[in-house]
Amino acid sequence: MELLYAASVGILVSCGVFLILRSRTFPVVLGLTMLSYAVNLFLFSSGRLSLNSAVVLGHSSEYADPLPQAFVLTAIVIGFAMTAFVVILAIRGRADLGNDHVNGQVPENKVKR
Amino acid sequence: MTLLWIPLLSLIGSIISSMTGKLTRNQSTSLSLLMPFIALCITISFAPAVFSGEEVRETISWIPLLGINIAFRLDGLALLFVFMIITIGILVIFYARYYLSSKDSMPKLYSYLMLFMTAMLGIVMSNNVIQLWFFWELTSISSFLLISYWWYKSEARKGAIMALTITGGGGLALLAGLLIISNIVGSYSLDVILASRELIQSHNLYEVALILVLLGAFTKSAQFPFHFWLPHAMAAPTPVSAYLHSATMVKAGIFLLARFYPALAGTDIWFIIVSLTGMTTLLFGAYVALFKHDLKGLLAYSTISHLGLITLLFGLNTELATVAAIFHIINHATFKASLFMATGIIDHETGTRDMRKINGMWRYMPYTATLAMVAAASMAGVPLLNGFLSKEMFFAETLHQQLLGSMSWIIPVLATIAGAFSVAYSARFIHDVFFNGDPIDLPKEPSEPPRYMRVPIEILVALCLLVGIFPNFIVDDILTSASFAVLGGYVPEFKVSLWHGFNLPLLMSAFAVTGGLFMYTQRRHLFTFQASLPPLNAKKAFDNSIYVMIKWCQRKIGAIENGSLQRYLMLMFLIVLLGAGWPLFEMHELVGTKELTPVSMHSAVGAALLMIGAISTVIWYRTRMVSLLMISVVGLMVSVAFTRFSAPDLALTQLTVEVVTIVLLMLALFFLPQRSPKESSSMRIIRDISISAGLGIVVGSICYALITRPFESISNFFIANAKTGGGGTNVVNVILVDFRGFDTLGEICVLGIAALGISKLLINLPLFMPGSDSEGRPWARERYPILLASISQSLLPLALLVSVYIFLRGHNLPGGGFIAGLITAIAFILQYIAHGSNWISERLTINYRKIIASGLAIALLTGVGSWFFGRPFMTTWFDYFDIPFIGNIELASALVFDLGVYITVVGATLMILAHLGELTANAPKEEVNI
Repeated sequence: MELLYAASVGILVSCGVFLILRSRTFPVVLGLTMLSYAVNLFLFSSGRLSLNSAVVLGHSSEYADPLPQAFVLTAIVIGFAMTAFVVILAIRGRADLGNDHVNGQVPENKVKR
Repeated sequence: MTLLWIPLLSLIGSIISSMTGKLTRNQSTSLSLLMPFIALCITISFAPAVFSGEEVRETISWIPLLGINIAFRLDGLALLFVFMIITIGILVIFYARYYLSSKDSMPKLYSYLMLFMTAMLGIVMSNNVIQLWFFWELTSISSFLLISYWWYKSEARKGAIMALTITGGGGLALLAGLLIISNIVGSYSLDVILASRELIQSHNLYEVALILVLLGAFTKSAQFPFHFWLPHAMAAPTPVSAYLHSATMVKAGIFLLARFYPALAGTDIWFIIVSLTGMTTLLFGAYVALFKHDLKGLLAYSTISHLGLITLLFGLNTELATVAAIFHIINHATFKASLFMATGIIDHETGTRDMRKINGMWRYMPYTATLAMVAAASMAGVPLLNGFLSKEMFFAETLHQQLLGSMSWIIPVLATIAGAFSVAYSARFIHDVFFNGDPIDLPKEPSEPPRYMRVPIEILVALCLLVGIFPNFIVDDILTSASFAVLGGYVPEFKVSLWHGFNLPLLMSAFAVTGGLFMYTQRRHLFTFQASLPPLNAKKAFDNSIYVMIKWCQRKIGAIENGSLQRYLMLMFLIVLLGAGWPLFEMHELVGTKELTPVSMHSAVGAALLMIGAISTVIWYRTRMVSLLMISVVGLMVSVAFTRFSAPDLALTQLTVEVVTIVLLMLALFFLPQRSPKESSSMRIIRDISISAGLGIVVGSICYALITRPFESISNFFIANAKTGGGGTNVVNVILVDFRGFDTLGEICVLGIAALGISKLLINLPLFMPGSDSEGRPWARERYPILLASISQSLLPLALLVSVYIFLRGHNLPGGGFIAGLITAIAFILQYIAHGSNWISERLTINYRKIIASGLAIALLTGVGSWFFGRPFMTTWFDYFDIPFIGNIELASALVFDLGVYITVVGATLMILAHLGELTANAPKEEVNI
């Protein structure tokens, strides 16, 4: 199971980084979202994986680590705030600059669609 | 506390003067004089104690753990400087009242002058080297403001920048030197440093520290080859020059030599650097001064030369030379300040400072001329004046050293030559300006200045005479106590007196005077000779070197920073890849010792879905809608993963956030192109795939290595105390609202700020509003499908009920403010989608900003509330109550905090989405080709 989990995190990181390296804003936003999934899963896993042991007192005999969970919960919400901000920034950038290239201008030698 | 008041009063004075713009000139001046005057009285009250050998100290603890304190001390040396700084400051302020024209802003000058005074007082009184350095840099900055006082003049701006660059750069060197010294002795306290002479001088970093400290001192006191900023600083108003270049700014460098003399001096390297620099500066300044046609230029180089003289005296490593140096500090301050002020009067009355035009002033202003001539005679070292006494001591000391072995005789010879030059330029100052025929083409008809403008000069010249005639009577105490401080508690037998009998120093003086006068009479030849030399333009060289440096930096920056964010990101990822990947190679075994969990069928399918979703997002990334759908699969699977691995709160949060995110991204996609063009070259695709694959492998491996290793968690504390301390059984929620409630408070602040930022970003947004989708198909005419509208409307109360339930149970079961807030937000967003924002705003006017603010306020006030019970910020309280019909119920202050979280989340989420949604409803429909 651990291997599968780690592989999933790795794949998410790869896909996220690849998308972040694209030249248009929307894929970059998707990439950031993907990378934040990966980061959340990674942080969460620092409490190790445990099955059927939710940290609600009295509901199970052993408990998972609650601290990474609390941190990741915060991270998810902040990640949402960040994604929202970035995507609105992308809209604003498109509106002000006339294109959605991350550098603010479409390179000369590239054909504009 | 009284010691602290000396710089503090001057600072208060600076603030007061800056506010006197509406007052008359006289009122403004008197008000400005008040604070320094009180400071002077305080200083005088300390004088008897200091003269009797006491050192007054005051320390206010600031960051005691780092050894950083606000510490002041007043010993003889500091007292001497404080006296000079305040007295000459008062005279300069008084003088400036008459010097400034009605166009110039008086409050500005006074305010800057007193800021500068504060900085100087801070330097001389600091007992902590970091604090000393802080004031040191403050003098650089305030002198920048003073020199650029006439900011509209190009040379004033350039002079100010040059002074700031040189002295500021020296300041950085000084900081480095002071840090090394503090490191050697293990304290920032000046007391400790001054007492650790052996420790510092035996350390192998002594030379480095010494050179760095000397760099600071030499740049500030305009020693060769850093002297060139000083003549350019003459673009300042004359009162400023009189203050900066007689008693303060340049003397700060000298002060530093004197202050650190007990700790750093006495070695060969000190002698070589300090005395050679001083000697070069002395000769160079005296020589150049003779050829300056500008009155202030002459005084500037003369100042450089005298500073060289003082430096040379410190470099001679003898006790009497040090006494002579301190004596000359006093004398130079008095005669140079009065000369600058006299120059200001001449400039003021004639409209020029060119000595080739100003001649025969004796007839127009005999009174001023007399004063200026006495001061100039003192500068030349004529008997009965204070300049003579210290010069005589200087000559005597050059004779009493054996530092250069058999070539030691060269020092007195060079000193005599420099003395001759200083007589020559003083003679030129007197003869050229006040006699030598008639004035030529003066812009103004000269006359005596206003009566009171001469008062400061009269006081200073009187001092020159008094010290010159009754030296023991006037300066004995202060000179003794200052020397006592510099020499580290020991004063040699010395006697300052007018007449030492016929001896070698007197002969040297006689040589200097006759030689100087002879030189002056033969000046025509010298001027021709000087004119034939290649011009040496320090300003041009300075400008060029700055230009070259800036060009170099720009090239380097251009090479790294080409404006492509894509490239920066790529480089950063590369660095991460290398930094995170490298340690993996040093690890022996990737798999840890923890027992692995068996793979179940569900998990395998879930992981496969997640991976397929992620890879599909990448494959179809140019068809944005498709990739958005694919990434939503990933988000969903992440929340499933949280469920699987015992994190129900996370799963709920992830699920609700996912819904909001996807709705938001879909809405955003409406304003963005539907497709990404094909832009990247194949090479770039390969490069990006390699980087991302590499990072994925590295992060995956680290993750695997991490989760297969056993560990000790600190979480047992939270599990053990959640019920008893926080009153809840859902430990994650108790951590969020109780144990680490401060984190949560910060987090909802971030959320609120992001929402506010977004609403600002959307103001006046010029929109691309496509009339159709990317395939050219028009949007559906039915914007709000009736089915969705009716279902969503009936769902709303239900959804709200669910969110209340989730909220209330949060403390004990999965749920809480975050999740409930998101559910409420989603319920409302569904209404927006189904009915459009116009429909909503007809029925409901909500100011989301106020909602966010009230949510934050509730959370914050809950935290503050615990103060009223004498507990630290955000201590929670809970208890159980028996309420009829409902039963036993727990009430906790954490619930109120969670309510704040809930309200903030609702407000922020709706603000983000509703604002964006409103744009589609209100913006005019126009066809834009994309």
